[in-house]
Amino acid sequence: MQELWEALVQAVSLIARLDGEVIEISLRSLYVSAAAILIAAVICVPIGGIIHFHDFKGKRVLINVIQTFYSIPTVVVGLFVFLFISRAGPLGGLELLFTPAAIVIGQVILILPVLTGMTIAALNGVDRAVKDTALSLGASGSQAIWTIIGEARFAVVGALILGFGRAISEVGAAMMLGGNIRGYTRVLTTAISLETQRGDLVLSLALGIILIGIAMVISVIVNILLQRY
Amino acid sequence: MKTLIINLVRRISVPVVIFCLLLGTILTGCAQVATPPQSQQPADVKPIQSTALPVVAGIPRFKIATTTSLYDTGLWNYLEPMFEKKANVRLDIVYAGTGVALEYGKRGDVDAVVVHDPEAEAQFIADGYGINKRSFAFNHFLIAGPAADPAGIKGLSPEQAFKKIYEGGMADPSKVKFISRGDNSGTHSKEKLIWQAAGYKYAADVEKSGPWYVETGKGMGPCLLMANEQQAYLLADISTFLAYKGKVSVVPLVEQGALFLNVYDVMAINPDKITTAKMLPTANAFINWLMSDEVQDIIATYGVAEYGRSLFNPLKGGGCSEPGCPKLEDYTVPVK
Repeated sequence: MQELWEALVQAVSLIARLDGEVIEISLRSLYVSAAAILIAAVICVPIGGIIHFHDFKGKRVLINVIQTFYSIPTVVVGLFVFLFISRAGPLGGLELLFTPAAIVIGQVILILPVLTGMTIAALNGVDRAVKDTALSLGASGSQAIWTIIGEARFAVVGALILGFGRAISEVGAAMMLGGNIRGYTRVLTTAISLETQRGDLVLSLALGIILIGIAMVISVIVNILLQRY
Repeated sequence: MKTLIINLVRRISVPVVIFCLLLGTILTGCAQVATPPQSQQPADVKPIQSTALPVVAGIPRFKIATTTSLYDTGLWNYLEPMFEKKANVRLDIVYAGTGVALEYGKRGDVDAVVVHDPEAEAQFIADGYGINKRSFAFNHFLIAGPAADPAGIKGLSPEQAFKKIYEGGMADPSKVKFISRGDNSGTHSKEKLIWQAAGYKYAADVEKSGPWYVETGKGMGPCLLMANEQQAYLLADISTFLAYKGKVSVVPLVEQGALFLNVYDVMAINPDKITTAKMLPTANAFINWLMSDEVQDIIATYGVAEYGRSLFNPLKGGGCSEPGCPKLEDYTVPVK
């Protein structure tokens, strides 16, 4: 247990003395996963809305399928994308493997189901009365939809934070698609994996603490913004 | 109506603000990462690799896949900036067990491979994937285990030691366990070779023969930690073992044996077979550079300060004289 204390001290010291490599890796983790959540949000929130606001045959089944893919292992996503973007794969010509873009692609695919499913759940959570009230007050159909989305904002943003959390904490896809190349595709999780392999357990734990710290800062900022508006 | 619209705008703006916030993070993240913080680095800190984004598109990226033991010991971190400067490329180093590294090579995802599994390498070359193979370093394996040595292997040959471990494990798996990499790495191949030399068929006799034989599928470091937890035996390369010495209580029990020789080779990917491999001149320069006096001298001293001995041995000057060592031309004749 001595290590835990040492890790805490080291984490604080790495941040305090602005260790160049650690800051670089942390920022890369942040922007790779932020890019992933942004792209996924642009895709998933509208899709979730479309699924929620339309009644069609097989809707229940579709939602079940989406929910099933919540549990897709990160390594499977990594492997799947790897086969596509490896030079020998159909998208090999794009030379994406072992680049930060490859990690973003993997993380987007990883969080697509969670984000879509959680958006649907968030919209479901809004009382039907809200829609009726909006309509009775003279709102058009699309205005009513926007009202519901507005009411569901806490849950939608919660879904975004969850998706971001899943993206920034996953290691399987980042390792397989990025290759953990120093100064290029190394992110916090792959750095942790490497330092564990190298036997520097304290540094691994310290990097883990930094990752949790980043997640905490993001969630606090988002929640403050949410409560203000 | 008016209030509804105002409310609506206010509510929609929140997700938008959050999106902008995230976008801002991305952009500032990119900007900050793209400008290398060189100025205020203390002298003892490793130089920071600058760009995280392909901003420096002008400098070609040369990708290699290397075995984990060379990577975990930090040797590549040390050599990387030297080659980048010399060849004016960005050296991208991906580390993996020999099996996976060769797979990357076969798929054309890397331009050169650095591995340590003579049999798999020969196959790789015979299949036309690898060319210009040269050797550049060696070290040894050892068998480590609990200091109490329940199987009684101390000082035996590797083959006899494996026999004792097998017998002990079959008799009482609670006392004698063996941790295997189980990942087609060079170390795993070496382990299979020793089982074979000891008179066992690996797949039929050893694998799945009982709870004493633990396949982990993990790298050398995690295996050492596992062996430490379970007080088990394992085959390890001496470099990783030294790097973990202070962290584990397992001790080296068998260190002498012809089978323990471990030679590191480098190969270029054959552009005739993998048409997307366009970096052959750089790969050749890389191979020749690893054989150069400059690198060989670094290998001879790398790790001395920290571990009291060098982690790898250079081949320069005929340092390797055991049976099974590479031939002189394999580490002296430059490739073209």
